[in-house]
Amino acid sequence: MDKLIHAHGLIKRFGDFTAVDGIDVEVRRGEAFGFLGPNGAGKSSTMRMIGCVSPPTGGVLKILGLDPRRDGPKIRARLGVCPQLDNLDIELTVRENLTTYARFFGIPRKVARRRADELLEFVQLAERADSKVEPLSGGMKRRLTIARALVNEPEMVLLDEPTTGLDPQARHLVWERLFRLKQQGVTLVLTTHYMDEAEQLCDRLVVMDGGRIAAEGSPRELIERYSTREVVELRFAAESQEPYAEKLAGLGERLEVLPDRVLLYVDDGDEATAEVQRRSLMPASVLVRRSSLEDVFLHLTGRTLVD
Amino acid sequence: MVSLVLPRLASWKGTVFEGSGRRAASVTERNISCLRSMYWVVMISGFVEPVLYLFSIGIGVGALIGDLRLPDGRLVGYAEFVAPAMLASAAMTGALSETTFNFFGKMKFMRLYEGMLATPIRPIEIALGELAWAMVRGVLYSAAFLVIMVALDLTTAMRALAMLPATVLVGFAFGALGMATSTVIRSWQDFDLIASAQFALFLFSGTFVPPGHYPAPVRWLIEVTPLYRSVDLTRALSLGPVGPRQLVDVLYLLALLAVGLTLAGRRMGKMLCK
Repeated sequence: MDKLIHAHGLIKRFGDFTAVDGIDVEVRRGEAFGFLGPNGAGKSSTMRMIGCVSPPTGGVLKILGLDPRRDGPKIRARLGVCPQLDNLDIELTVRENLTTYARFFGIPRKVARRRADELLEFVQLAERADSKVEPLSGGMKRRLTIARALVNEPEMVLLDEPTTGLDPQARHLVWERLFRLKQQGVTLVLTTHYMDEAEQLCDRLVVMDGGRIAAEGSPRELIERYSTREVVELRFAAESQEPYAEKLAGLGERLEVLPDRVLLYVDDGDEATAEVQRRSLMPASVLVRRSSLEDVFLHLTGRTLVD
Repeated sequence: MVSLVLPRLASWKGTVFEGSGRRAASVTERNISCLRSMYWVVMISGFVEPVLYLFSIGIGVGALIGDLRLPDGRLVGYAEFVAPAMLASAAMTGALSETTFNFFGKMKFMRLYEGMLATPIRPIEIALGELAWAMVRGVLYSAAFLVIMVALDLTTAMRALAMLPATVLVGFAFGALGMATSTVIRSWQDFDLIASAQFALFLFSGTFVPPGHYPAPVRWLIEVTPLYRSVDLTRALSLGPVGPRQLVDVLYLLALLAVGLTLAGRRMGKMLCK
């Protein structure tokens, strides 16, 4: 029973709209698992079903070996949830947000107070304990929400876009805390449309698009399977990049034309760059980089992750 | 009375849950934690309003009206007649302000309940917890008002003691009604409608004028409104005599409570657990 999530043919419909279209997912204990996909891919709907606040329309779903339809409260008692939009209690202080939330789980007041202090320490908010929530920065609020999700010592933490809307510094702080949790053996399930986030945190992930799963594996596996070792990004100073694509034909394994640049998928970026110059094409800029999950997504769906 | 209705509602949708009461209580507890803020200002206003009406109309206008003849022929002072009605409408106001305006704000704007629903708490338990809180508020108002009534010699201490549980029932019924209404409300503008309806009830539920003075069809309409049934109950307890009509009042209010609470729990589930 070390499958914390078992979904088979899972479907979620809202009226005529199918948000999740028959997905199979398995998450094992101790794993950091990610749903990567653009907005509207069905990630949040999936997360809400896993969090037992949204009943599935069809398919099989088992969380912690239990049926969410029947055992919602029992399952939720063992989960931690960090929603996409902060829903902290603005009428309470930072500390009270944790102690009050702990009471919802039936945790005794004394234990709640002790745990709140430990968690505030953990998310580096101890000195703001008596502040109201409102004046906190976005990053602080998100860290408080994460602390709140840990107040019941959950077996699995669900994080819906944990760093969306945060500045880079705040994101790194959140990542670092999440990484610490992962090291402590807490199972993490997160959604993201940032490929760097997925690469940093996830042991394994699924790429979601249009309610379906397009691919599954570890970040490295996915990159190896769906992309080349290196990518050359060429920007041409012209209205359209299209005409250059023809002249680049035969260079590398694959080529993607985006509105503002051409991506060349190759094994050796420098060699490809030299070839571009031999063909006397004059790109305004050239960037050689390693393949990322962004390229995997582009290859699988023909679209970029963040538009 | 509450303990009769609540367990069955809490086991709504087939699954009996032993922890329901505890979880609903933790929702109430959350509201108590907020009291340290400026919230008490809001609470004071709920107490002051009926007292102002009692003094201005019950005693002020009452001095012009003189005594009033009850259906059974007894003469009572106008303030004595109005006071139990103010008590019932204070219980209504207290319950409604908590379960309409505040409840709607918590649900739609603070998104407080989304956070709660990620814990073992279920929608019906939130409804119960919030209702219980509205009652705590309501009972405080009622008790304070009853003290004033006894002090002004508008009723006896024994009768005041009997009225307190009646106001709890009134509060519960209106609280459940308010909560159910909040779940169908679209925007803040709709609160103007609620306020108008509430004011109409306040004016015409036999509060200031015995309903016998209205034409028959109007009287029948008045007699099926919830505040009329509440006033009928508190007035009978305050002035006597208590008869089978009061049993009808109690059953009416219990039914309102059960229907309102069930509806609220169900609608909340639909809205928040999509």
